[in-house]
Amino acid sequence: MTTITADRAPMAGMKVYHLKLGMWVFLLSEVMFFTGLIGAYVILRFAHPEAFGVPGEVLNVPLTAFNTFVLICSSVTMVKAFAAIEQNDQQGLQKWLLATIVLGASFVGVQAWEYTLLFSEGFVPMAESYHAIARGAAEGSEVIGGPLYGATFYTMTGFHGAHVSIGVFCLCFTLWRARKGAYTAGNLGGVEIMGLYWHFVDLVWILLFTFVYLI
Amino acid sequence: MSTTEKDIASAVDAGGQHDHHEIPWIRKYVFATDHKMIAKQFMFVSLFFLVVGGALAGMMRFQLGFPGQPMPGAGILPDAMMAPTPNGAIMLPEFYNSLVTMHGTIMIFFAIMPLLVGLFGNLLIPLQIGAEDMAFPRLNMASFWLAVPAGMLMLASFAVEGGAAGAGWTSYAPLSTSGEWTGVYLGQQLWLVSLTILGFSSLIGAVNYITTVINLRAPGMTWFRIPLATWSLFVTAVLILLAIPILAGALLMLLFDQTIGTGFFRPDVGGEPLLWQHLFWFFGHPEVYILILPAMGITSEVLSNRARKPIFGYHSMVLALISIGFLGWIVWGHHMFQSGMNPLLGTSFMISTMAIAVPSAIKTFNWLGTLWKADIHFDVPMLHALSFVSMFIIGGLSGIFMASTPVDIYIHDTYFIVAHLHYVLFGGSLFAIFAGITYWFPKMFGRMMNEPLGKVHFVLTFIFYNLVFFPMHNLGLQGMMRRIYDFTQYDFLQPLQPMNQFITLFAFALITTQVLFVINFFWSIFKGETAGNNPWNSNTLEWTVPSPPPHGNFAQMPTVFRGPYEYSSPESDDDFLPQTTPPREGPGPSSGVPAPTPTPEGAEV
Repeated sequence: MTTITADRAPMAGMKVYHLKLGMWVFLLSEVMFFTGLIGAYVILRFAHPEAFGVPGEVLNVPLTAFNTFVLICSSVTMVKAFAAIEQNDQQGLQKWLLATIVLGASFVGVQAWEYTLLFSEGFVPMAESYHAIARGAAEGSEVIGGPLYGATFYTMTGFHGAHVSIGVFCLCFTLWRARKGAYTAGNLGGVEIMGLYWHFVDLVWILLFTFVYLI
Repeated sequence: MSTTEKDIASAVDAGGQHDHHEIPWIRKYVFATDHKMIAKQFMFVSLFFLVVGGALAGMMRFQLGFPGQPMPGAGILPDAMMAPTPNGAIMLPEFYNSLVTMHGTIMIFFAIMPLLVGLFGNLLIPLQIGAEDMAFPRLNMASFWLAVPAGMLMLASFAVEGGAAGAGWTSYAPLSTSGEWTGVYLGQQLWLVSLTILGFSSLIGAVNYITTVINLRAPGMTWFRIPLATWSLFVTAVLILLAIPILAGALLMLLFDQTIGTGFFRPDVGGEPLLWQHLFWFFGHPEVYILILPAMGITSEVLSNRARKPIFGYHSMVLALISIGFLGWIVWGHHMFQSGMNPLLGTSFMISTMAIAVPSAIKTFNWLGTLWKADIHFDVPMLHALSFVSMFIIGGLSGIFMASTPVDIYIHDTYFIVAHLHYVLFGGSLFAIFAGITYWFPKMFGRMMNEPLGKVHFVLTFIFYNLVFFPMHNLGLQGMMRRIYDFTQYDFLQPLQPMNQFITLFAFALITTQVLFVINFFWSIFKGETAGNNPWNSNTLEWTVPSPPPHGNFAQMPTVFRGPYEYSSPESDDDFLPQTTPPREGPGPSSGVPAPTPTPEGAEV
């Protein structure tokens, strides 16, 4: 939301411009949103350890590890985009923004593919039709975990995926503005707060990957 | 849009000479970005919801006063709400559940919260810190225009099949997880969606308030020169920022349980109903302080001004606000003593809850200290502020009953709780809202509200309010449970019928009295006595500008030299000393809050 607001000059004596402060404040509330989801997951998992599978049993860890790598790379390209506009390098800004968009969209694409695979294996959020089996096991094998596993998995990764998708959308908007020459070395607030959001989404994913896939 | 922004920015650069180019009607009154107009929009919409919530309460009280009797005029309501009989229409139990739920939801989320935060936050923050507008004016507009569809969805849920949500404003699982239990399917989902949208609206409002207070203060407006109303709204904004996302997460999980069939809160598929209570109250208890902290700020402002004395203990007032804001995060379990939670956990929640009595008492004694030997002006805002203090004390004391686990076993989910929460929400927040509206009305509309009519409204409201809610303590102690459709089904509660009728009759009188306020409000907008810039002889920055303030508020950036409550200062010939008054020339203090006054002791130093 905040990315759309036009840049406004900082008041005299203020160390941070409004957009950047506003983004940091907004990210605080995002922290609380994911804290709520992860906290609920932790409580449910402690209360019902039998409803969750061991790492790698149902979920495809190597595929998601690759996806995590993609997202981390997108953070690097975002940094490169910001570094480029700091040098007033318009070409570099557009190039690295485009790279970030491609990487971010790839992450969402791989996640969507992962979802379809998991759905076909019976790993679904709906409590009544949950019948996840181990990866590679024959049809009709023992069901692993319970409905809470599917529900928490899709809720946490799904809301994160939604954040990445919104981020990609905002990145496209930033690129569109960059192509119109909206940013300069002296006016790069829009790129900087885009970067803040993007790094936050990346950081959340590292936590989620650890909690959901690795532990 | 960005050109307008640049116009404003360049106008400010040009020494604050604002271009008064014509703003199109729709941008000025509908999709407004001016914080004062957004404040008024919030005020009108939430006063409308206050009326709706009051009407719902009236219907509930009719059922409780005259259980199972036909309600006059209820024949116009559809059969899904009122069962038609030859003698008239009788309320259905399902509809009563919807009334309970929607009265709570509408009053909390669509009346009190937008009045305190939407109205006073928008009106006061930029004016009191000396800013031209909010940090993000268009985000501010988005905040209002998200709240409107949320309210419309909430009202629309009455019209869908199955009626409006019926699981209480707390929507405890598993009752709320499926229409199987309440008979409400779509209504409950609309409730969830509406609150999620409203939560997002509050959230971006909070981002705006926090950024504005941190970044847009006028030169000299140090943290400890900020008026207490703005301080309280700032702390409230932090609470909203951190609490609302937790609610949003819980609402969405509950929505998934209902729509796609996940099992977060459904014990039949291995979920945890108690998790909902934990998530809800982790949001819900900070929410309680969201509903009272701005009221405390407004009261401090009015009390100090109308008592013509500096607020007693300004710094401790600020620190008490902050510590209430902090303690609010670690007490949520006191709503769950009877939920089956570990009793040891209950004890720690009991202790942390009682700790809140300390900052609350600091505030109360500071208000009393402000009044001590003061030149008290008993005008309408002051009367409402005084009744805030006294009602808050009663509500606070009854809160200590509930905080203590052994007592709570007895009074949990009875009318004692209903009495308590209305003492803090109506006796507390709503009286402060009346104080705030009457106090800042001249700043909003340039006219004073009618004083005699306001006094009649105050006296009747105060009397009827206490006659309605004080006996509820008694009902609760005698075992009458809250949210009950027909208490006469229990023999031991039948003797309470006369008291319930008494309450109902005075509830109708209380609701009717509010017509006086509505008349006064609209009459004064057009016909009230013209107010000058500073009708209350106040010190804070909003009274240095015309009433109503022009677009951009300040003709030039104000400079602040002193704290906000220097009333009856010997430094000044008047009994007030605006924050913009430079320190006196010559020997003596130049800055520091509160600016020390030349006293014999000061001379020695």
